[in-house]
Order: sequence, then C-alpha cells, then structure tokens
Amino acid sequence: MSFLSGDNMTGGYGGADILHDCTIGVEQGEIAVIVGPNGAGKSTAMKAVFGMLAIRQGAVHLDGEDITKLSPQDRVAKGMSFVPQNQNVFTSLSVEENLEMGAFIRRDDFSGTMEQVFELFPILKEKRRQPAGELSGGQRQQVAVGRALMTQPKVLMLDEPTAGVSPIVMDELFDRIIEVAKSGIAILMVEQNARQALNIADKGYVLVQGRNRYTDTGAALIANPEVRQAFLGL
Amino acid sequence: MDDIFNALILLSNFVIVPGMAYGSQLAIGALGVTLIYGILRFSNFAHGDTMAFGTMATILLTWALQDWGVSISPLPTALLALPFGIACTVVLLLLTDRLVYRFLRREKAAPVVFLIASVGVMFVLNGLVRFIIGPNDQRFADGERFIMKAREFKRMTGLSEGVAFKTSQGLTIVTAVIVVAALFWFLNRTRAGKSMRAYSDNEDLALLSGINPERVVLITWTLAAALATIAGVLYGLDKSFKPFTYFQLLLPIFAAAIVGGLGNPLGAIAGGFIIAFSEVTVTYAYRKFLAYSIPGDWAPEGLVQLLSTDYKFAVSFVILVLVLLLRPTGIFGGRTAS
Repeated sequence: MSFLSGDNMTGGYGGADILHDCTIGVEQGEIAVIVGPNGAGKSTAMKAVFGMLAIRQGAVHLDGEDITKLSPQDRVAKGMSFVPQNQNVFTSLSVEENLEMGAFIRRDDFSGTMEQVFELFPILKEKRRQPAGELSGGQRQQVAVGRALMTQPKVLMLDEPTAGVSPIVMDELFDRIIEVAKSGIAILMVEQNARQALNIADKGYVLVQGRNRYTDTGAALIANPEVRQAFLGL
Repeated sequence: MDDIFNALILLSNFVIVPGMAYGSQLAIGALGVTLIYGILRFSNFAHGDTMAFGTMATILLTWALQDWGVSISPLPTALLALPFGIACTVVLLLLTDRLVYRFLRREKAAPVVFLIASVGVMFVLNGLVRFIIGPNDQRFADGERFIMKAREFKRMTGLSEGVAFKTSQGLTIVTAVIVVAALFWFLNRTRAGKSMRAYSDNEDLALLSGINPERVVLITWTLAAALATIAGVLYGLDKSFKPFTYFQLLLPIFAAAIVGGLGNPLGAIAGGFIIAFSEVTVTYAYRKFLAYSIPGDWAPEGLVQLLSTDYKFAVSFVILVLVLLLRPTGIFGGRTAS
C-alpha cells in the first residue's frame, strides 16, 4: 500500500456513481499524476481522496491509517493539503496574509516555513504586501501552492495547477513542484496538460469514466502507443 | 469681515458640528451592518432594533447608577454602563443566532431567507424593547452638557454668532475615532481578524485552511453587538432615546453602508458622513447664513430651506436609490447589494 492511497473507491454526488472501483496512490517524495479525458472523474477522484466527497465503497489510507471517515479539515490536521482548481487564493488578502491563513491551524512559529515558501517562489516575497487578487494567473497559483505548503504537509494535492497559465509559466510551475517533491512531500495532481505532466510524474493514472484504464510509471505511459494515440494526441 | 466669520460660525454650529456627530453615529451603525453583510452574507434588518436594545440595557443600568449616586461627572454616567449594555446585547445576538440564524446556516438558506428572518427578529426586538422600557422618549444624559457654550464663544471672540459644542458631540467623535481604529487594528493585525476577512473572502478555502466558521460567526456577532450598542448610546446621548426613532435609523444606516459599498468597512464610514451631511445640509435653513454673506438688501425673505426636517429620511432614500441605480456596488466597490 502506498503512503497515501485511495483503494477501490466507488461513489459520486447524489444517486449516480462517478467513480467505479478506482484506485490511486502516491509515495513520499514522488509525483503521481491523474490524467484522462473530460468527465473522466479526475477531480472527483481527487476530492474523494481528500474527503470532499463521501465514497460508498473502498477506503482511503494515509501512512497506514484509515482516514476514510475523516472530514477534509481533519485530513488537513493529519498532514494533507489541497489546492483547489478555482478560487484558490484569498483575493482581498495580501500575499503574506494568504500564507498566514494557510498556517492557521499551526500554533507554533511558522516564519521559517514562510521563508521556505519565499525561497521556492521569490516573486511572492517581492509582492508580499500586495492583495493576491492583483497578481497574474501564474503568480496566483504560486500563492495557492504556497498557502497549501504552510501547514508543512506530508501530502500536497493539486487540482489542475497549470489551468489557464502560459506554457512558460507552466514549465516554471512544474519545476517548482519537482522541487517540492524532492523535499520528501508526496504530490498528487490532476492535469489537463497530460504529456507535460506525465513527463515529470513518477506514477501516472489514466482514468476513463471513473475507472482505472492504465496505471504505470509516467515514462512507460508516454511510451505506450495506445496511451499516446488515445490520450496524448501524439 | 465680521460678517464672513459670523456666516462661517453659523454654518459650523448648525451644519458641521452636528453633521460630524451624526455622521459618526451613522458610521458606527453602518460598520455593524457592513460587517454582518460581509461575513454572514445578509442584510440584517434587525440592526436598528439591536441598537435600541443595547441602548435600553445601558439606560437601565445608567438609571440604577444614578440612583446609587455613582458618577463620573463631567462625563455622562452612561459611559460607565456601556460595557454592561454591550454584554447584554452580545448575549441577545448570540441567542438569536442560536435560535434563528444557525438553523438557516445549516440549511444553507439563500440570503433573502436570512433577510426575511432578520425582519422577524426585528419585530420581536421591537416588541421586547417597548415591553421593557416603553415606547416613550427617555433621557439619560447627565454630567457636563457643553464643552463650549455659544455664549462663551461669543464673549471670547466678540462675534454675534457662537458655536456650541455639546459634550455628547465631542464624545461621539472621539469614540468613533477610537472604535474605528480598534476595529481596523483587529481586522488587519490580529489572527482572528484576518481569519474573519479570509472567511468573508472565500468560505471554502477558509474551511480548507482549518478556519472554524462557528468561531468566525461568534466573533462577528460580538463585534456587531458592540458596534450597535455604542452607536445607539451615542445617538441617545446626543438626542434622546425613543424605540421608534431607532427603528427609523435603519434607513440612513443602510443607505450609508450601501453608498460606501456593502461589506467594505472604509466605505461604511465614508457613507455615514455622506448621508449625515446630505441630510443636514439639505434640511438646514440658510436665511441667516445668506444674510451674513451677501449685501443686506439682497437678503432673502424666506427660510431658504430646501427640505423640511420632516422629510430628512427622503434624503437618505434618494441617495440610496441613486447609488443602486448608478453604481450598485457602492462608491468604494463592495459586493453587489442584494
């Protein structure tokens, strides 16, 4: 079993199931990427792992502990952190205040963590007093990731972190994400830019209609002719 | 030369000083409305009657203190009773939250449902206040009435017009400055204040960050109770306390909050002064002022009063309608009024 794993998850909103026996996992220091066509249940799988969606069957484990019944807030306390796709910063708060709110559950001195975030994203240090709503799309994503890192999580979950940013900014963001993974954090992310994401992924999950279609290392999936043709457009 | 001074002094006495005091009272009231709108996301129609309740509690203790001979003269005894009034109002608002709003929050009710519920709360408070203290005018101001009397001013300056500066007016302005500074310090500098702004900005992300919504709600009601009571007591000291007047204050207070942009505290303060000065300048009779400032034989015969004071509420209403038509998010851009 992986460090973080959602095993055989089945569930959805209301009556209809979106996920069918879906399994996803990630190890510490690794990057796992969920890709697939629109409506494949990528974000739903992510929400199920984070507890924003109750699953009917299956279980979620973190470091061997069953966390299936925990609320998202409790999972944050257990060391998981989530960056939603939309509205992932406090627009009227300054960059620095966004980071402070990220550390809200911490009662110890978090200035060291803030320095680390500023080292990772130097532009944020420059703009620390500016409202997050005034930043560019790429800078906002940096604030969002920075906010999520403030709890010093063991797992960082990112829902389409590169949505709506330019290719250059995307590469830059991926570089930073690799850096975060190297520090020992497990990273699970959903990506539209499948090829680029699988390039940096240790593990890739291709979902179709809420089911696991292919599961392999990122490199193997890119090399797989069926995956290339059907999902990567190569 | 004296005529110009006399004209200015006249204007200060009847427009600027009362406008500043009234504006401060509206600003503190509007801050409470805007805070509730920004964080709990509804227009609280019970705010005027919350002010009445808080003032009533303060008055009751003030009378008791006066009976016991406790006094902080030259300041009014009501200041001593104010913390007690605030405490009572905090208890009342937390109780209404428990009984009414918490249920609606759990149901994830639409803002308009909250609004209608707050109208219900308003009627209940309305009745409660009249039941306890009665519907009549109550006076509870004591201590030194004036910081500066018009007569003294005239003697000092030798002018024929004077400025009277009431203790209640001075007190209102000083208190407003302290309250606003304290509120902004709280919202911008403390962890709890920042978490309130975060919650107001993005509820879902606040939850993800581990901010406890019930705690935010609790702090919001506490602040709203304090602001409502302070505004109510200052208004009561300056004029007098009558439950119906406080109910009527709802209109200028809402106009102030909306003019400045609902949910925007700075806007609420500016809005308070805009509404207050509009009301005072439009209902002031300018005859004497003109008599001083233009040649004698040109002086008008009429009062030169644009609007009778009976219509003063029309002023806030017109401003409210204009703002909603031309700039629905308010001058300083809050959320859309809904």
